[in-house]
Amino acid sequence: MTKTVTDVVCPFCGTLCDDLEVVVSDDGKQLTEVYNACVIGTEKFLHSQAKDRVTRPRLRQEDGSWKEISYDEAAEYTAQMLAKAKKPLMYGWSSTNCEAQSMGHEIAEMVGACVDNTAAVCHGTTLIAVQDIGIPSCTLGEIKNRADRILFWGCNPAHAHPRHMSRYSIYPRGFFTGKGQKSRKMIVVDPRVTDTAKLADVHLQVEQGRDYELLNAFRVALNNEWLPDVVAGIPAEKIREAADLCKSGRFGIIFFGMGVTQTLSKNHNIDEAIALTKHLNEFTKFSIMPMRGHYNVTGSGEVLAWQFGFPYSVDLTRGFARYNPGDTSTIDLLARGEADAMFTLGSDPGAHFPISCVKQIAQLPSVCIDPHQTPTSGVSKLHVPVAFCGVEVGGNAYRMDNVPIDMRKVVDPPAGMLTDEEFLTKVRDRVKQLKGLA
Amino acid sequence: MAEYIIKNGHVFDPVQGIKGDKADVAIKDGKIVKDNEVSSKAKAIDAKGKTVMAGAIEIHAHIAGPKVNVGRIYRPEDKLFTYTPKKGNIRMAGGFSIPTTFKTGYEYAKMGYTTAMEAAMPPLFSRHVHEEIRDTPIIDEGAFPVFGNNWFVMEYLKNNEIENTAAYCAWLLRATKGYAIKLVNPGGTEAWAWGLNCLSVNDPVPYFDITPAEIIKGLIEANEYLGLPHSIHIHPNNLGNPGNFTTTLDTLKLAGGYKAKNKFGRDQVMHLTHTQFHSYGGENWGNFESKSKEIMDYVNKSKNITIDTGNVTLDETTTMTADGPFEHHLTELNHLKWANVDVELETAAGVVPYIYSPDIKVCAIQWAIGLELALMAKDPMRCFITTDHPNAGPFTRYPRVIKWLMSAKAREAQIKAFKNSDKVIAATHIAGMDREISLYELAQMTRAGPAKSLGLSGMCGGLKPGMDADVVVYDFSPDKPVANPDQIEAAFSRAAHVFKSGVEVVTNGEVVNNGNKRTIWVNAKVKENPQVMRDIQEKFLKYYSVSQANYESLGHHFVPNPYAIEVDATQ
Repeated sequence: MTKTVTDVVCPFCGTLCDDLEVVVSDDGKQLTEVYNACVIGTEKFLHSQAKDRVTRPRLRQEDGSWKEISYDEAAEYTAQMLAKAKKPLMYGWSSTNCEAQSMGHEIAEMVGACVDNTAAVCHGTTLIAVQDIGIPSCTLGEIKNRADRILFWGCNPAHAHPRHMSRYSIYPRGFFTGKGQKSRKMIVVDPRVTDTAKLADVHLQVEQGRDYELLNAFRVALNNEWLPDVVAGIPAEKIREAADLCKSGRFGIIFFGMGVTQTLSKNHNIDEAIALTKHLNEFTKFSIMPMRGHYNVTGSGEVLAWQFGFPYSVDLTRGFARYNPGDTSTIDLLARGEADAMFTLGSDPGAHFPISCVKQIAQLPSVCIDPHQTPTSGVSKLHVPVAFCGVEVGGNAYRMDNVPIDMRKVVDPPAGMLTDEEFLTKVRDRVKQLKGLA
Repeated sequence: MAEYIIKNGHVFDPVQGIKGDKADVAIKDGKIVKDNEVSSKAKAIDAKGKTVMAGAIEIHAHIAGPKVNVGRIYRPEDKLFTYTPKKGNIRMAGGFSIPTTFKTGYEYAKMGYTTAMEAAMPPLFSRHVHEEIRDTPIIDEGAFPVFGNNWFVMEYLKNNEIENTAAYCAWLLRATKGYAIKLVNPGGTEAWAWGLNCLSVNDPVPYFDITPAEIIKGLIEANEYLGLPHSIHIHPNNLGNPGNFTTTLDTLKLAGGYKAKNKFGRDQVMHLTHTQFHSYGGENWGNFESKSKEIMDYVNKSKNITIDTGNVTLDETTTMTADGPFEHHLTELNHLKWANVDVELETAAGVVPYIYSPDIKVCAIQWAIGLELALMAKDPMRCFITTDHPNAGPFTRYPRVIKWLMSAKAREAQIKAFKNSDKVIAATHIAGMDREISLYELAQMTRAGPAKSLGLSGMCGGLKPGMDADVVVYDFSPDKPVANPDQIEAAFSRAAHVFKSGVEVVTNGEVVNNGNKRTIWVNAKVKENPQVMRDIQEKFLKYYSVSQANYESLGHHFVPNPYAIEVDATQ
């Protein structure tokens, strides 16, 4: 016999779907099937059942081989590494729950670490723009119930957030949008003809790296002022049509992704996108929302903010919190060789950082806490496998619109495995002793 | 638990009618006891020449939750020069108008506050609010979910279905672990979802075809049907606009004829919050003037109404409210950065920084209005001191507000310091007012009064044996004349001793213990109501973006130390 767990929350992307159904064996040890999830989410659940999964901490030996050690030994290694370091870097936090983040922050405060999440290489530029100019936004249910103008700017939800369009933005029939897709106009701005762009009513194939100009041209068009014949590769007429389309809606939204946050102009693109949104509110109702990647990167920013006052790249080494992206941000700390220990949890910098930074990680005392074997675990001195958050342990996570959703445990982790929070609690208790605070 | 006896202090306790007499206060097992009930081992605290009061109660502040955190995230500048490092088990803490959660708890405790209410909880974000409350040390906290723009409420009240409204309110209080029924710009915030607003109590809400007046009256009736500890807590329509006092009077009049029904000793049916923002005359910013007298004349004669002041403190601060359209209005006015969040089926919120400059006439008039309200109050048990933190100023400025209220000399000095002091005097009543609030009245306005209004008078706000041992000793002698009003501010900024539930949390103005904070919520039981349960199910299936099973704030992570107040409305 099997049982079905309903209303399961998917720990993959910032869409944080919470309508999954997961079939598990009667003893709650095996997960057999996943319903309602996208293909990526399904894989995430099924991957927890992999037979070749690492279930105990492993320490790298002189000859490059791994030696299995106990969780207690792993906690001792981690605590010693953090307590001894002058400027340890505690990075990641985006694929774990808020409880583990809180525990990590307590450790960081005691050892004087730099704490950073994946926004540093993703929507950190968005946060800088928000600090410049604010952000008019809304929850995803508002989009479902009211929005009739949807812009996707520099993002490709068809692949990156596969259920976004069906759950919230394009297809659902909401309270004031009873005709679903037919009640909405969809504009995509992307230099590529993506699968999202193919669905659009209007696709503006912007010249690569020219988003700022196009955003600015939209604002000019809103005011019916003069425009050059072509801006950012788009004819003025098309820009005017698209701007009028936005103006004529009752409730609009701009979703944007890495195509604008990490291309030329970075935070200035987002400044302009938010200014455009604010401008559109003089004509109708408009919102803007970043398409956050990891399922709980938003949560990491929230917890950091209420505990320390800043959403990412927080430097606690001086005994109080400092925030100065470019100085206190992970890539920069690694590239300048400032960090003297690397702690990674809930992220894979090894796969995504510049190779010079990855080399730096390989040279440092380093711990990688991750249920998977990743490029980061490959270059770290200690790999601590843990239970899958959202599959083998619950906990709170924040969706891309900042809505908190409590994840569910659906199966037991393999016998004897700890969760992120449990392992960090061991480290915290040991650090307390080392720092004479116990 | 340790026993204490606080000896020879001047005790001010409106609950027992003690007006500064020398008396001892004894603490045992977290409660106040008669002074012969503690053993000889009880630690003696010498309070000779000092003032002893119950722990103060914050009835309205924005201190936890999504909009507060938006403020923290988007204002790194607010942290500048504010940080205190970690010390032993006391966490590092920073921020001015939107302090970190740790700083929030510590700063309240240092001033002698032991209980605080988060004034606006968007129900969909209740888990976020509770996570922050969990991380706010020492003080007991509750949170008010917002109902004034809720689709269920508007649909039921359109058909005058009070029983269904009450059943829904009870369900939502339970799901969100909320404390009271809060209304913010009723109807206006729903209108804001389309970029519109309701500026009077009679403006119809788009689509829902109901007026703010109907929402307010309906929720008063539902509140009294349930017999909740607190009354409805309302931020009325038309906040912050010249001439809005008529809207405020229209709102207050809606409470006429209603009588409180509850077992908690509460007498009011409406609490009107941050009244300062709603007591404006004039037609524009040029002839803007105080209408505090008109408002207080009505409040003074209406025994079923309580208010809080919303005092402007003349600081740079961060405004935040579920009044979405107002924040848009404000950003158009001051052109500072604007954050907004519309919340599906429920509410919205906006955040905009604001600088209350003593050089700007309007800001100075706002300052005067807030003080006038308290100085005109005939019954200090119905008028409470707030700054609507952080909207009119940060809560850490309470000692300064107390100074202005207790010293006409301090007010005079401030009026003189205004750039436009003649114009300010002409537009307000403040210059001619010589009333000085006494320590006993202060205890009414900050302790016994808010406790009674919140329905907590059996538990806190007083020093009667049996009540929670929330006790403060201020280094302030009522016997000696105050040479310099700044002494008042200094004494109330840093208490000599603070006890929370019998634990000494502050000594000589420094936090010494993280305490054992509780989350206070109201568990209202109603008759089974299949229609409301079916409506809730339907709305989650069709219109919410989360499933009903993932909506509730449940479990240790969110509410680790709950204190539920039981209400039985099944009869």
